[in-house]
Amino acid sequence: MFEAIAFYLFAFLTIAMFSIAVLTSQALHAMTALAAGMIFISAFFFLLGADFIGVVQIIVYTGAVMALYAFGMMFFDTTRGVKEKNANSMIVFGLSGLAALMVVIIFVAPIVSENIGAFYPINEAVGNTQDVGMVLFTKYLVPFELAAVMLLVAMIAGIVLAGKKMDHSLTQMSEEEIELMRESNKKAQL
Amino acid sequence: MDTAFFIETIVKIVVILTVFSALAGFGTYFERKILAFMQRRLGPTYVGPYGLLQIAADGIKLFTKEDIIPAGVVGPIFKIAPVITAATAFMAAAAIPFMPEFTIFGYTVHPIVADINIGILYILGIMAVGLYGPLLGGMSSNNKYSLISAARGASVFISYEVVTGLSILAPIMMVGSLSLIDFNNYQSGGIGSWMVWSQPVAFILFWIAAFAETGRTPFHLIANDHEIIDGFGTEYSGMRWGLFFIGEYANMFFISFVMAIIFLGGFGDGSALGALALLGKVAFLFFFFLWTRAAWPDVRPDQLMWLCWKVLMPIAVVNVVITGIVLMF
Repeated sequence: MFEAIAFYLFAFLTIAMFSIAVLTSQALHAMTALAAGMIFISAFFFLLGADFIGVVQIIVYTGAVMALYAFGMMFFDTTRGVKEKNANSMIVFGLSGLAALMVVIIFVAPIVSENIGAFYPINEAVGNTQDVGMVLFTKYLVPFELAAVMLLVAMIAGIVLAGKKMDHSLTQMSEEEIELMRESNKKAQL
Repeated sequence: MDTAFFIETIVKIVVILTVFSALAGFGTYFERKILAFMQRRLGPTYVGPYGLLQIAADGIKLFTKEDIIPAGVVGPIFKIAPVITAATAFMAAAAIPFMPEFTIFGYTVHPIVADINIGILYILGIMAVGLYGPLLGGMSSNNKYSLISAARGASVFISYEVVTGLSILAPIMMVGSLSLIDFNNYQSGGIGSWMVWSQPVAFILFWIAAFAETGRTPFHLIANDHEIIDGFGTEYSGMRWGLFFIGEYANMFFISFVMAIIFLGGFGDGSALGALALLGKVAFLFFFFLWTRAAWPDVRPDQLMWLCWKVLMPIAVVNVVITGIVLMF
């Protein structure tokens, strides 16, 4: 019974939070609601006994992804509402409705035709973390390593793009050095 | 799910909430007295014996002060931000074993709210969520100092989470479990088996990162009084500001418990002496936070980032690799 109560409570909370994220015109409200929704989703993983995935959901989405969104929003005036520009609301409505319908069909089709089954059921003898690790490092080793390589490529690309002027630190330079750098930059532009 | 389990859990939650909220108050008293001692001042002396009633006076002031919501702030977010800080601090406490299990009136009590087998990951995750308190508080305040503080908070938390996670990875590899109880049992053979001897580098890194995660003095940039007033707390008054404060002090206590359990042997074999030893270790680690505040100046934000990404993170990665090689052969 407690599981049912918890499920409906968190289902309601998750849907409410994501609705706020979509419907509000205030950027800060949307961000907070999205972060809260991400945390409420992890409750479903806990209810299913997938502790590890639940915690990873909190760490990755709320701790890292949402914090990066927030970091991006530092450069806007978040205390005012956003004026949205909708040229044609029918197109927006139709496309988003179609996308939602597609997602529902993708997930419901295998359930309706009963073609879904757990290949790797939970092994009670070892913990949830070990279960995930065993599957990840045997059957899904190649995709896992590919993802790792792709992340490494993205990281190196990010450092190369952002790190062009990393050897200069304005806080550590004296006023004359900064002036000198500005002069040389102006000359280079001319 | 029997009734006894339910009542036990609720009692545990209430005890942790009250004890650590009160300890946050006492923490401020200790902080003032210790700072005063180290800086050759007297600290609080007027209210009560040795100034002890200063805690009560501060509490009454915080509770009864007018709750001001300034014009121009984003109301709901501004109101909820302090609650996030305090709530995440106490949520992290759910997976911490505060004492060895003991029997009272024939009933065995486990002084841990939820013994989940991913305890340490859960604590790190919830502490990561604690970032939203300063972040949302700063962004909704409509104040430039608060906004600077929020930006600093986001960068410091994201960066130092990397160091915390990587430094703790090596001990996790040695123990082979994420449960804090398993960590404690791994080191139950006395001082010689403490994790700090086999993982000194990880211990130092985690300790440094703990200062950043709690926003204590060498890394106190998030609310640096002499440059950005009180940072994210500038626009807050009364108990809303008090909640930020309780969250910060509760976090200091909880991270001291985590450090003592992971690296310093925890409560050892589970005897009464072991429990006392755990409290002693936590007291020392808490004292160290205050000691550092008295002894060290703040670092600059760019120095903080330099320290994290160019010094601590490479050391943590090398530590993980060496631990892996040693474990393999």
